[in-house]
Amino acid sequence: MVDALHLLQAAADTTGAYRDFPWIGSRAAVWIAAEIHLMFAAFVLGVPIFAVVAEAIGIFGKDQRYDRLSKEFTRLLLIAYSATALWGATLTFLLATLYPKFFAYLLSIFAPSVWVYGAIFFFESFTLYLYYYGWDRWKYGRAKIVHWCLGILLNIWGTTVMFIADSWLTYMMTPPRDITPETSPANIKIWHAILNHTWMPINIHRLIGNVVFGGAIVGAYASYRFLASRTDEERAHYDWMGYVGNFIAMSALIVLPFAGYWLGREIYQYDQSLGITMMGGFMSWLWVIQAFLIAVLFLAGNYYLWVGMGRIPGAERYRPYTKWLLVVLVLGALVWGTPHTMIADSRELAAMGGSHHPLLGALGVMSAKNTAVNLMILATFLSFLLYRRANIRQVVPWAKTGTRIQAAMFVIAAAIVLFFGIRGYFVEAIVRIGYSVYQVGAVLACIVFVTLIDVLMARGAQSLGAIQWGKMPPRSQYALFILAVTFTWLMGLMGFARSGIRQHWHVYGVLQDMTPYAATPALGYAAIMISTCVLIFLSLVGFIFWLGGLAEKSTFVPSTVEAPHVGH
Amino acid sequence: MRAYLKHPFWQAALLLVLAYIVIVFIIPLLPGSAVVPKSVVLQYMATVLVGILIWVSDEEERWTKFKEPLHDVLIQPRLKVVRTALLAAVTLIVGCFTYSQVRAGVAAPPNLRSIHPAPPSQITFRGKTIALVGLDNPLRRTGDMAAHLAVGRRVYYQNCVPCHGDHLDGQGHFAAGLNPLPANFQDNGTIAQLTESFVFWRIAKGGPGLPREGTPWNSAMPAWEDFLTEEEIWSVVLFLYDQTGWKPRTWEVSAEGSK
Repeated sequence: MVDALHLLQAAADTTGAYRDFPWIGSRAAVWIAAEIHLMFAAFVLGVPIFAVVAEAIGIFGKDQRYDRLSKEFTRLLLIAYSATALWGATLTFLLATLYPKFFAYLLSIFAPSVWVYGAIFFFESFTLYLYYYGWDRWKYGRAKIVHWCLGILLNIWGTTVMFIADSWLTYMMTPPRDITPETSPANIKIWHAILNHTWMPINIHRLIGNVVFGGAIVGAYASYRFLASRTDEERAHYDWMGYVGNFIAMSALIVLPFAGYWLGREIYQYDQSLGITMMGGFMSWLWVIQAFLIAVLFLAGNYYLWVGMGRIPGAERYRPYTKWLLVVLVLGALVWGTPHTMIADSRELAAMGGSHHPLLGALGVMSAKNTAVNLMILATFLSFLLYRRANIRQVVPWAKTGTRIQAAMFVIAAAIVLFFGIRGYFVEAIVRIGYSVYQVGAVLACIVFVTLIDVLMARGAQSLGAIQWGKMPPRSQYALFILAVTFTWLMGLMGFARSGIRQHWHVYGVLQDMTPYAATPALGYAAIMISTCVLIFLSLVGFIFWLGGLAEKSTFVPSTVEAPHVGH
Repeated sequence: MRAYLKHPFWQAALLLVLAYIVIVFIIPLLPGSAVVPKSVVLQYMATVLVGILIWVSDEEERWTKFKEPLHDVLIQPRLKVVRTALLAAVTLIVGCFTYSQVRAGVAAPPNLRSIHPAPPSQITFRGKTIALVGLDNPLRRTGDMAAHLAVGRRVYYQNCVPCHGDHLDGQGHFAAGLNPLPANFQDNGTIAQLTESFVFWRIAKGGPGLPREGTPWNSAMPAWEDFLTEEEIWSVVLFLYDQTGWKPRTWEVSAEGSK
């Protein structure tokens, strides 16, 4: 009887609250629209950061190649921008028609921010048009600086737009504690809703993530153009562009896990149920997949650098070291990907005495994983360092001492990481969590100080020959494709994890999802959805690349003289 | 033989075989170890294979040399027999693998299971509301610890030992009949990772009391609140930590000073 009354109450509550979408259902429809909108948004927010940095290097380093690179990407932005707006509008229409009650709830809290969002989007669009169409007009002197400032302004608008949208989704995940199902949305102050637990961690995580994504997409574009190139000149340009994209993506990737760690910690502090669902419960399997994908990123990024050493005179000095770096990366990937709770049949479970392996299970816990990823970051940084030093010979008198100090820093950082990794097994969980800060601190300090020493040591260095841009085997370019695809898939996966931990809530603990889709989807279904979104996005990006090529071909004048390889 | 060992193709093949031997045969032989599940073997071998492919192809000369035997087998007329045997072997392996995947068996399929379902912020224990967030074991602050442990020991041996075992390792007499197996408290992945309030909640509510968030989950654990008092459950929680030597996870103190 009570159950029947509850059912009647639920039916009354949901009358007019939802509509269904044909064939795929409303959740899948909103999922696809939101995810692809987000991917394009990451593209149009990440690439301007890339473009404005490249333009600055072009201006202050007086290197025209960077200016051309920056402009080439801004052209792609114009098309990608339209795609972002189209998918954003689709998402809005779907939310308004499929989830009208929930949408009205959000609007009643965030309406002023929606107006500001619209206005800034307007400013952003016109700043982008000015930035692109004014490129050749404001090319020299003070006008060029003004043009560069337009690029900075474009980034400010873009970042503000992202911060506003982040406030909506973080409110859904971590609404302030004093807001309950009984709280009328009309009584919720907008700033109170915006300043929720995860707003700033998501802002920072996405900001860095966008730089990574922008770099990866630039790399993929360059590899596509490299493989389609017909002249050495084109190959040299796109080889160099791919290197720059990979460099930016990998550099930002190194700090991304730290921002992610902060976000995870805030989620735990807000609500342990959310944290446990994410890290120890149903969603914990996503982290094993994530570990795989990030291992793929590290391996592909390093592979690209090692293959690239083949076109750098002097790099042969460092060849013997790369196999040891590979050993560290593969061992790190093995440890990082080891699940704590293993998928096993009944015979294996009986032999293990449960779903935790008595020996390998030790690799499935936080101490082992933090140690593995920090050592992988150190190995990747060392790869960059070797690549950077490949074609130079330092001439400063303290070069040998400097190199020894750098080596000592690596050894000390690795020792600190290993020490706290092993010690983590012998202390209680609350102490162990704190150890990751020391590990991260040691790695970051090593990166900063070793880079500083390297820059000082490279002063006046003797060149062993220019990099032979363009002399790169085609297989290296597929590593750049893998990076872009993996980043995109990873975004979809972790977006699902972040959003999925709300489970059957529109707004966690405040507004319940009463649709038939309220159950957390199975991992297989989620994987299909994520892959579908990635395929749609990459197909559209491929189309945009093709359009970009069309625009350039119409003005491209092939060189009649065989082009020399562009130098370092 | 030496020439083969210096060739990148055969080095790669040897590395792959060695990795397989270590993962499948050596690791289970190590003290305290057990068989490595097939899913993990596959995962490890895939990682090693990627590593090996990176190694053979990151240098032009090595890559060219690595491809030579493959190239020769595929096109050299003198290697026709090898080519035929190889293609037959590949076809046979794929066929056997496919058959092993689709063959009907009696064993329960591997289960993707969450070990730690997310706890609610509060529970109702025999009509009394208990807030789990920030909750520590109240018996740590009151009464005689030895007496609490004695109660915990009695409760454990009267109720828990048939499944969780004399050694608290999940190897009780009934364990073999249960799937999933009872929790092994000696493992560093069970109570060592949890707050005492989480353990209290699991004991009190058992399998039937798992929240919607806790799925997918199959547990034969009874809801012990129907049989034990609140103090008895807290006592047995104390006993579990005392016997295993693990320390319970403690709550983080926020900036405002609250847990």
